[in-house]
Amino acid sequence: MRRTVGALLRKELLVELRTLESVPGMTLFALTTFVVFHFALNRNSIDGDLAAGILWVTLLFAAILGVNRLFVADADQGGFDGFLLAPVDRSAMLVAKALTLLAYLIAFELVAVPAFALLLLGPPLGQALPGLLAVLLLGDLGVAAIGTLVAALTVRTRARDLLGPLLALPLLVPIVLGAARASSPLLSLGRPGALPARWLVTLGLYDLLFGLIAYALFDFLLED
Amino acid sequence: MAAVQVERLARRYGEREALSDVSLSLEPGRTLVVFGPNGAGKSTLLRVLATLLRPHEGSVRVFGRSLPREAWAVRGRVGLLGHEPLLYRELTARENLRFHARLHNVGEARVEELLEAVAMTERAAEPLRTLSRGMVQRVAVARAVLHGPELLLLDEPRANLDPAAVELVEPLIGASSGLTRVIASHDPAGGLAEADLVLGLRAGRPALLSPATEIGAAEIAGLYR
Repeated sequence: MRRTVGALLRKELLVELRTLESVPGMTLFALTTFVVFHFALNRNSIDGDLAAGILWVTLLFAAILGVNRLFVADADQGGFDGFLLAPVDRSAMLVAKALTLLAYLIAFELVAVPAFALLLLGPPLGQALPGLLAVLLLGDLGVAAIGTLVAALTVRTRARDLLGPLLALPLLVPIVLGAARASSPLLSLGRPGALPARWLVTLGLYDLLFGLIAYALFDFLLED
Repeated sequence: MAAVQVERLARRYGEREALSDVSLSLEPGRTLVVFGPNGAGKSTLLRVLATLLRPHEGSVRVFGRSLPREAWAVRGRVGLLGHEPLLYRELTARENLRFHARLHNVGEARVEELLEAVAMTERAAEPLRTLSRGMVQRVAVARAVLHGPELLLLDEPRANLDPAAVELVEPLIGASSGLTRVIASHDPAGGLAEADLVLGLRAGRPALLSPATEIGAAEIAGLYR
């Protein structure tokens, strides 16, 4: 399993490095959205609930771009068949794709989150960073699990670009909600509040739930 | 034990019957050539044998293993060369073969050996999208035999290959490979020359099934009229 995941992950990252189809697109989308908010709100700084909401909604929509592209090379270039012909555990593809999406999310957030701080955030990012990293990680894990499941579900349909977001967004709402609520006290002016454990636990449980659902369903999605 | 044993196989795509009532038996080391016009069900038969499609009716056994129940035991013993090369366009020939080698737990020495065999060593570091269709087909041949399959499923394997390339891949997928082969072909004379058994399909149904020695190219050509 580990060898197969390694082979798939390596292939995914090589293809992304060659095509630059996902991470740059996600990053540009997030940056553009922050710029639009900067001018649309006509404010130089935001904080608290508003900051957390704008951050997470933007990250979510940017992530959808990556989700939509996740299986495209496999579906269009016969990668599924090549994988299915090999005597390997099919769950390896789920793990590899989820790790790939997680890597994309982390890579684009390395640019998007500082850009958000620069363009919109009132309080300094440094004071919120340790707690925000924990929330980002939990949010990204959930997006990776749900995104991989939805991408596998829709990639072989003709309307995958439409169906992907339509299916993913309702499932991702609890993640945006939990992550925004957890981030809000961290992004408040003055002394940042403590991390709300309730929302972190909610996020963690939701991630676990969808990780298990994806694991249980993935084999069936690959089947003829 | 037959390498391939098919009895009353049926396979549908929605309402359309792609294969119906197909039965055949192929001994190890023998070659079955499947003829038939476009849409006759040749590729579907190959994909069922490759474990990529489930049979909807009938029974299919490959090396004595029943499909799809024991598909896991058949994968890795079968090599498929279809219309699609099953290779990533953005990766180089070497990267593609190394990827498949890792999936099949095959050493990298085998990758280099096959690149040499299909005369692709010099272009092995170039992305596939920059190569000609013939070159991609040579890499696809290498991919199909990378793991040393016992059964080769070949869908018009010489398409896009020039005469020199056909000679090049002959030891890998030709009669001299000694492997059990199922070949889908549109070339009555060429297909018949390498067949031990001939299956003719028309609209998914078997129109002829005969040892190659008992049939002529004219009868096969009749399938296309």
